[in-house]
Amino acid sequence: MADFPLLTTLILLPVLGAAVIALLPRGRGELVRPVGITVMTAVAGMSAWMLTQFDLHDAGFQFTSLHPWIKDVGISWHLGIDGISLFLVVLTAVLFPIALLGVVPHHDAKSYTAWLLLLEAGCIGVFCALDLFLFFVFFEIVLVPMYFLIGGWGYGERIYAATKFFIFTMAGSAFMLVGVVATAWLHHRAGHPLTFDLVQIGEAQDIATNSARWLFVSFAVAFAVKVPLFPVHTWLPDAHTQAPTAGSVILAGVMLKLGTYGFLRFGLYLFPEAAVWAAPAMVTLGVVGIVYGAIVAAVQKDLKRLVAYSSVAHLGFIVLGTFALTTQGLTGGVLQMVNHGISTGALFLLVGMIYDRRHTRMIAELKGLQRPAPVLAGVFTVVMLSSIGLPVLNGFVGEYLILIGSFVTRRWWTVVAATGVILAAVYLLWAYQRVFHGTPDEANASMPDMVWSERLVMAPLLAAIVFLGVYPKPVLDRIEPAVDRLVAHVEQHSDFHQPVTGRIPQARAAGEHE
Amino acid sequence: MLSAVWLIPALPLAGAVLLLLFGRRLGEPWAGWLATLMVAGSFAASVVTYLGLADRSGDDRRVLFRLWEWLPVGSLHLDVGFLVDPLSVTMILFVTGVGALIHLYSVGYMHGDPGFHRFFLYLNLFAFSMLMLVLGDNLVVTFLGWEGVGACSYLLISFWFDKMPNAVAGKKAFVTNRVGDWGYMLGTFLVFSSLGSLTYYAKDGSGFLEHVDSLPMVTATGIALLLFVGACGKSAQLPLYVWLPDAMAGPTPVSALIHAATMVTSGVYLMVRVSPVLGAAHAWVPDLIAWVGAATALFAATVAVSQRDIKKVLAYSTVSQLGYMFLAVGSGAYVAAIFHMVTHAFFKALLFLGSGSVIHGMHDEQDMRRMGALRKFMPITAATFIIGWLAIAGVPPFAGFWSKDEILLNAWETNKALWFIGLVTALLTAYYMSRQVFMVFFGSPRWNDPIEADDAAGSVVDMVGDHGGSVAHGDPHEAPWTMLTPLVVLAGLALVGGAVNLPVVNRFEFLAHWLEPVVGHGEHHGTSTTGTKITLAVIATIAGLVGIAVAVAVYVQRRIKAVEPDILLRAYDYDRVLAKVVGRGGEDVAELTATVIDKGGIDGIVNGVGSLVQAAGQRLRTVQTGYVRNYALGIAGGAVVTLAWFLLRTGF
Repeated sequence: MADFPLLTTLILLPVLGAAVIALLPRGRGELVRPVGITVMTAVAGMSAWMLTQFDLHDAGFQFTSLHPWIKDVGISWHLGIDGISLFLVVLTAVLFPIALLGVVPHHDAKSYTAWLLLLEAGCIGVFCALDLFLFFVFFEIVLVPMYFLIGGWGYGERIYAATKFFIFTMAGSAFMLVGVVATAWLHHRAGHPLTFDLVQIGEAQDIATNSARWLFVSFAVAFAVKVPLFPVHTWLPDAHTQAPTAGSVILAGVMLKLGTYGFLRFGLYLFPEAAVWAAPAMVTLGVVGIVYGAIVAAVQKDLKRLVAYSSVAHLGFIVLGTFALTTQGLTGGVLQMVNHGISTGALFLLVGMIYDRRHTRMIAELKGLQRPAPVLAGVFTVVMLSSIGLPVLNGFVGEYLILIGSFVTRRWWTVVAATGVILAAVYLLWAYQRVFHGTPDEANASMPDMVWSERLVMAPLLAAIVFLGVYPKPVLDRIEPAVDRLVAHVEQHSDFHQPVTGRIPQARAAGEHE
Repeated sequence: MLSAVWLIPALPLAGAVLLLLFGRRLGEPWAGWLATLMVAGSFAASVVTYLGLADRSGDDRRVLFRLWEWLPVGSLHLDVGFLVDPLSVTMILFVTGVGALIHLYSVGYMHGDPGFHRFFLYLNLFAFSMLMLVLGDNLVVTFLGWEGVGACSYLLISFWFDKMPNAVAGKKAFVTNRVGDWGYMLGTFLVFSSLGSLTYYAKDGSGFLEHVDSLPMVTATGIALLLFVGACGKSAQLPLYVWLPDAMAGPTPVSALIHAATMVTSGVYLMVRVSPVLGAAHAWVPDLIAWVGAATALFAATVAVSQRDIKKVLAYSTVSQLGYMFLAVGSGAYVAAIFHMVTHAFFKALLFLGSGSVIHGMHDEQDMRRMGALRKFMPITAATFIIGWLAIAGVPPFAGFWSKDEILLNAWETNKALWFIGLVTALLTAYYMSRQVFMVFFGSPRWNDPIEADDAAGSVVDMVGDHGGSVAHGDPHEAPWTMLTPLVVLAGLALVGGAVNLPVVNRFEFLAHWLEPVVGHGEHHGTSTTGTKITLAVIATIAGLVGIAVAVAVYVQRRIKAVEPDILLRAYDYDRVLAKVVGRGGEDVAELTATVIDKGGIDGIVNGVGSLVQAAGQRLRTVQTGYVRNYALGIAGGAVVTLAWFLLRTGF
């Protein structure tokens, strides 16, 4: 099985599924969802199999496949994953079927499902691509299905939101395109054959310091828009609010991670010295995002917009952890990408369920929903507590690792960032109180509770929330080798050194405790 | 015998899981019995653990259990593990013991509530969290329990969620606690970055508490202060006490469990646990803790004097008593702090449960002005409540006398001013508790009297009757046996609880000897002679008796007019101002940020650029006329300009 092109299959299978759906005769509309669900479940199953086959002692890229694509300029179909991208691929593969199952589109299921499948292919591609050009292609391709999903199946202001989303990201990508080409060219000029291969360029580190810093900035602009970092975040609340539920789930769960993942792979790895150079600015933007996102979230009147702004705060934590450049910060950051995908994805699903029943997301129009819908309220409570970082649930593990890791290198930033923990409790509990507590009026009192199919959709997310909070070790064990390697890479190519914590001699081995 | 320790938190957790899955089907009363059984089992396991530990010699009474690796990342090694030592065993004994009694009581109290099984689910979850807090072998497992009790208290306080005030109170408790948690988290970061370990004690001697000597004094000070911020939140000290009085919106057994016996004591527990760090910090840190404690004790005691709600009196009393414990911690009297924590758990749980019995018997009336003469209608409740009253008032030989005396003695040796504040507080305590007893159980029945309209003038959150029901009157009645049994047991403990640590004769200072291995190094050792000790005890007793006597004159004999200033009823308006500044003010800032900066500023620029591009496009469109001659003219013009530029650059 070692030679089976697993990653290529993970990318091409959804494309194939989309093609099949597109070719289905008009009269066979009932086949659309079964085909979509089958394909997505197959992808999820294969990603689970990949998880079992992943060698946790190998910090390098695994499941690689390398085929020349455009030989003349050194572009190749180079895929591979390490501990950093592993769980992002799995998260993508798991969230898509949940989003598809959880939401039934109100019209034109055919193109809806096809777009979702193409989107899945693009997202998996981004996390697997080890070629600058290939990465850029996937990074751009995902915009198209998302644009059509928001524009076609979204709510009131969907056209404005979709256009804003597209233009914002395209503007960022323009910088990145220049960066991609310039990186390959400067690498070539340093005496290497022309190539867009990430690993070759990253390992060689033959680009002059100053140029590398400019290149880092060009990539960083694109990623900052995607994350999104303050102050280029304003596309996000609009896109999230107007997108259909499945779109919001994928947008928050997967697509925001394209930015934070990009910082790791194409910031820290490709331009380690520049990343160290830019770290103070990046950490500052991250911390601003944490506080700013939380403050603005608190006063939102639309529940979905509130969740959207909470993403700005959460992603701020991830950026902080990434540019803290410590093992704990980076590992926590990677884990938090997964956690945020699960928790915020679940929150958007829940908000979608409320909207389907009440046809409003305005907090002022909702009240006392816990009385008619105790199960929905209970699930919402657990997801909310996960999102505000309650220990034993997943959010805490990521947040705590990020904060403890960044405290070591960025003490005062962390002191400010930790207030995000208070603010998260403020905006989420306040929203919960206004929506679920109190005595419901007539319209709210008759809201139906979650049905069984909805409970089944939420069950895997809840299970992941608890599992990752109680026993994150299997996940951390797979992330850490890749992170250690990345930190070592940064240390090797810059004057940065991860501080040693503590003075106590650690003479620790298994079995010392009773 | 110690290997049963994992059962202690596991049983309530299992109960919570079972109630989550089958609670609705079990229904009343079986859901309640299941939960009670689980915590009772936990108590049995705690007793077994105690016996196992007591069996060992003094130096050997620290046993570590590692369950699984929790957060192993780089140099950070965090396990889910238990630390069994005299301190944690003392805690688990009274947490599970008093907890089980409160569970039993709740079976009767929550009778007929539609959320019966949900209530016991939360209670069991709470017990689990509290036990993790106490048993955790490192700061982060303790934090797990710490946050867990915070979340459970949120769920329990807003248990009757239909009523907005209850929901608001629950949220307030959680958020205020989170302010403290911010300090706690930063404290753990500082410990990790300076010592590299978060484990209290380890087999190989790599626990951070074993290495506080290597900490620079400034770092130790920082850690101590940050953890103290956390403790202030959880243990309701100034300036973070505001959540506790409002938390009375929860069902009364919740008040007894959370706000008397368990959660609020966790700040004191934390301070005692990390006492070596306090010892390594600047000397002003313990002083600060003592002063915060003393100030809180006095502040809350004065407020309690004017309260009308039966539970609010007890709420402020709890804040005040917790202040005593911090006064003890700051004086280096860790044993006295734990001693008072234990006796307080007995008599305050008793008082809360007694008040619950009164509320229950009075059909959800909580205003003491509408009570009176209840001893005739509910004799057992009255008798047990009176024992609780004597205990908290510091009347010998009841439990509170011994522990309070210990604290005052240590305060005397630290700073006479602190002692004096403690003494005044003792007098006030005796006074307001006597006032409560006389208003509720003595005098004439007043439940059919009309009362003036300014009913809720004092509370920020208007009190809502327990069970959220409207107040319907009939004659009060005594509670069922499920509620009376805990009252009787707790009354017994409030009576003799002082015996765990009798003063003067060294041999009888059981608790001090028991805790010696944990706190011995930093414990303040008294220098007072036996004569001084006895004199101080007599003075404290007289203070208590004076308080009672004044209350008799005011509320029984009516010889002195009652002084109940509104400003005290409103707790000096502290909460109101805080709500205005932080609450309202924060909301305004957020609103401003969202509208002016985000929508107007940033998004304004974005849309502005958008319109600009669009406008430019409109203009540019007119250039595209489709006439080739125009284009040609343009090209020609451009060529001329370019040429001119080149010529100028070459300096021709």
